[in-house]
Amino acid sequence: MRTSRTGRAGQYAALLAYLVFLAFPFLWLVSTAFKPPRELASLHPTWIPEDPTLANFRQAFDEQPLLDAALNSLAAALGTAVVAVLLATPMAYVMARRRTRLARAATGWVVVSQAFPLVLVIIPLFLVLKNLRLIDSMTGLVMVYVVWALPFALWMLVGYVRAVPRELEEAAAVDGAGRLRTLVSVTAPLLAPGLVATALFAFVTAWNEFFFALVLLKTPEKQTLPVVLTHFIGAEGVVDLGPLAAAAFLATLPSLVVFALIQRRITGGMLTGAVKS
Amino acid sequence: MRGRLLWVLVLVLLAAGCGGDTDPGGPVTLRFQSLAWQEESVRVNKELVAEWNATHSDVKVEYVQGSWDSVHDQLLTSFEGGEAPDVIHDASDDLADFAYGGYLADLTGLLPERLTRDIPRHSWETTTFGDGVYGVPFLQEPRVLIANATWLDKSGVRIPTPEHPWTWREFREITDRLSGDGRYGVAWPLKEPVSVSLNLSLSAGGQLFHRGADGKVTVRFEEGDAVMPRTVHDQIATDRSAAPSTLGSGGSDTLPGFFGGRYAMVPLGFSYRQQIVQQAPEGFDWRVLPAPAGADGLTQGVSPQTLSIAQDSPHQREAAQFIDFVLRPKNMVRLALGDWMLPTGTEALKDPALHTDEHDWATGTALAGRLRPAPAQSVRGYPEFKDKVATPAFQEYYSGAIGLSELRTRLERDGNLVLARYQR
Repeated sequence: MRTSRTGRAGQYAALLAYLVFLAFPFLWLVSTAFKPPRELASLHPTWIPEDPTLANFRQAFDEQPLLDAALNSLAAALGTAVVAVLLATPMAYVMARRRTRLARAATGWVVVSQAFPLVLVIIPLFLVLKNLRLIDSMTGLVMVYVVWALPFALWMLVGYVRAVPRELEEAAAVDGAGRLRTLVSVTAPLLAPGLVATALFAFVTAWNEFFFALVLLKTPEKQTLPVVLTHFIGAEGVVDLGPLAAAAFLATLPSLVVFALIQRRITGGMLTGAVKS
Repeated sequence: MRGRLLWVLVLVLLAAGCGGDTDPGGPVTLRFQSLAWQEESVRVNKELVAEWNATHSDVKVEYVQGSWDSVHDQLLTSFEGGEAPDVIHDASDDLADFAYGGYLADLTGLLPERLTRDIPRHSWETTTFGDGVYGVPFLQEPRVLIANATWLDKSGVRIPTPEHPWTWREFREITDRLSGDGRYGVAWPLKEPVSVSLNLSLSAGGQLFHRGADGKVTVRFEEGDAVMPRTVHDQIATDRSAAPSTLGSGGSDTLPGFFGGRYAMVPLGFSYRQQIVQQAPEGFDWRVLPAPAGADGLTQGVSPQTLSIAQDSPHQREAAQFIDFVLRPKNMVRLALGDWMLPTGTEALKDPALHTDEHDWATGTALAGRLRPAPAQSVRGYPEFKDKVATPAFQEYYSGAIGLSELRTRLERDGNLVLARYQR
């Protein structure tokens, strides 16, 4: 079926409108971050700040420990990415290769677990971590993030594993390789793009997470970036808009960069294995 | 091999289950979670902690920065997990659930006579639930009218003072007089219409919630409750003297229009002055006016900021001593200035720094004696009533979608159904 020239122009116009719609909040954030207070309260806001300033960035750094918070977020996100991939890889392998009842039940459970609201799990989780003496510790936070990221990471990796031809593993078995050896030496190298995509997904999830970090980390020096950002918001929703925008802009950058790097791999990972050959 | 793994797992789980707090010994350490967020306010809070620590070697206080956003969920989780801070900063309207839930210590008998006497009884009522007192109210702010002074002076209208405020009727007439050519006499930021309506209705004698002899609360929307909502409704729907576009806005959202000369007045909390000082264009002349008065004068409801002690805190007496230190009159003044709010303490209120004409501190301070507990303060089930019944009803009424009788019916019929579930 061929699309007419007008139809195609319409499709592109719709796509462009959608992209503008998606980009608007971010562009507005950037614009706000560079505006002085009086421009922020102007009745006729402009896209380009008339009198651009770095004062919001200076104030944000003066008032809150943004750099420390960013390092904490980085530690949490990197830890989550590494552990999630280490755990998800063998699990995904079993789920993809073994069509047993247990594997099917595990798959179902992974899907169901995505429906749990945060508030349902946070208190039991808090109690468990307290007994393990992992409240207010980065280890505890990473454990929670791993558990939270694992279902989707698994989902992604299962698709990648299914895309690896079974014949390669059978050939390895004929050559005498055991299950573990096959996974490490044959399957894992072929999974590399998927592993990178999964790791980056886990990284971004942990980098952006707010509520667990708010509840689990007590010491101010350990707080992560999303938690520190809320310190620019006062009672009854009053907002210190300039510094908040500046800090939020800086906090968004790593996520944007990471997403720019992985978006192709993520969509590839999710679609791989979606169609039976 | 499998058996050994199983045993290891069981041992790990047992160890986890048996884990408990140990007494570390040495000096007592208190955790003080503050919600201060403005630069000056955070600085004052940290200074007070440092001053305490410098003079109390046996009781150390750790400053923990909390945030207003999600404070309720964060505290609830901490209480459930037995990890709550010892000293807790919050707002009085957030305390009822925690107090009734047994998470907060009853401060009766813990606080010194000086502090108890210094804060007026009506302020203590905001933190009294049942027979106990669960927080020390220390900062509060009235809702005031922030006005474009040049516009008002030019129009020749009578400028109200705390001694001679506008009546609600006069307010409506004046906003009508100030409107025209796409400009409005007032812009009501009514994103959260319920607390504004209930708190300002006290001026006309409105109470909405009535507690019977059996202790049960019922909703009755009487004449006094209707005065303020009817004024706002008529300004928007009849006179066109209030901007309809700000009905869904928060306070900060109205400032650009205010600075841009679209609205002559904006009803806001007293602490918004800080934002106005920071953001107003060069030469913009503004003034603080008291909110309109009704049959009960300038009375209005407030939910003060509070300091509480966690029920699980092993050092409640020390925590109370720290609160007493933080809320000494001089310190209360420092906190008030840092947050651009009013102190509750009568001694602190006398401080000359709070009676200056600069930024109209004096106007706000003159209103302090008329501040009363917000009507919803101790009503169990109020959050559900507010979200499911009152917010949509008030929003529809203010926008002109329903009339006053329908508003009354919804608040009373649906509201009482909700409250009844909490009072069985």
